Amino acid sequence: MKRSKTMELGVGLFMLAGILGLVFLGLSVSGLNNGLSSTSFSLKADFADIGGLKKGSRVTMAGVQIGKVTSVELDQEWFDARVTMELNGELEGQLSEDTTAAILTSGLLGEQYIGLTVGGAPDTLEDGDVIHDTQKALVLEELIQQFVSNMVNN
Amino acid sequence: MIKQRITSLGRSTLDTFESLGRATIFLFQASVGIPGKEGFHLWLRQMHFIGVMSLAIVLVSGLFIGMVLGLQGYTILVDFGAEDALGQMVSLSLLRELAPVVAALLFAGRAGSALTAEIGLMKATEQLSSMEMIGVDPLRRVVAPRLWAGFVSLPLLTIGFSVVGIWGGYLVGVDWLGVNEGSYWSNMQASVSFIDDVGNGLIKALVFALVVTWIAVFQGYDLVPTSEGISRATTRTVVYSSLAVLGLDFVLTTLMFGEL
Repeated sequence: MKRSKTMELGVGLFMLAGILGLVFLGLSVSGLNNGLSSTSFSLKADFADIGGLKKGSRVTMAGVQIGKVTSVELDQEWFDARVTMELNGELEGQLSEDTTAAILTSGLLGEQYIGLTVGGAPDTLEDGDVIHDTQKALVLEELIQQFVSNMVNN
Repeated sequence: MIKQRITSLGRSTLDTFESLGRATIFLFQASVGIPGKEGFHLWLRQMHFIGVMSLAIVLVSGLFIGMVLGLQGYTILVDFGAEDALGQMVSLSLLRELAPVVAALLFAGRAGSALTAEIGLMKATEQLSSMEMIGVDPLRRVVAPRLWAGFVSLPLLTIGFSVVGIWGGYLVGVDWLGVNEGSYWSNMQASVSFIDDVGNGLIKALVFALVVTWIAVFQGYDLVPTSEGISRATTRTVVYSSLAVLGLDFVLTTLMFGEL
């Protein structure tokens, strides 16, 4: 009987360790709740070129993560990219209307993310609003092309 | 002469399909049916032997594989100035490929061979037929708990392998080689998707668990009941399950990540 109890304890610990491991993989490795609080609100932004931005990419302000991208689709009217992002609910009504969104790259080869910078307008962005002032992703090929054509002109 | 060759080809083909058919029927007969309280205790005992006792070898291997990945990844990535992507490399290689495959191979060697030998010896000493004689179904009493224990254990072992491996990569990459700690984790979190990477890795682990335990238990149940038969069946278990794991891994990878 005693032997059976230790065995049960061992198996129980084993199952528990497996479940804890899965939780670790979920939270720490795949970053399921990326510092998002329970409430959130969504903003949209139109970009001329989003480069490598994907669903799930980070949205940051001053380098601090405040949300993530929830969808990327093509705007069929203007043929630019319409990015929807979910932001920390505490920021609702705090970002000025002329907030700008830029697509940035972390490091030379790192992943791309959205950086928001607040402006100075008195009106604020609410749930579902669109950010108009955007800066498209830096595409290395275009940059090199510009550099080369400048060289040739000079 | 030619007729004999063709006959022997036909015989071996029929033998193969016959044993595949037997194995399938065997799997259904053993796994279908609701176990009682007694069945739960048998399952628990097997979980202890198959799962808990395999933990040490799987975790130690995971740690070393993670450390090697950290070291190798660092020396390659640092040439491109991309050592910040180390976390991404270590975690994706572990979650998608290495953890399911290596854990399954170790599992086949550690638990699979033992299962075959145990059931084979039961058959050779006619314990299985005595059970039938006294009205106990050996499929339910001996085979089913082992099948279910293997099916539950290997995914858990795979999770442990990944966790320890990622930690090992962290140990080497961040603590020894000086990769930035923040970029190790944030690059990992940005690139690993829970459903696509962790989830698909777990599906792989479930498939491998089923295949490895099935092969092990069936080889034990179906062997020639002599000492030579047991040794052959044990070898066959390890060889067949390793080949099946590696082959199925390719098939599953093309289905999951190959964008076919």
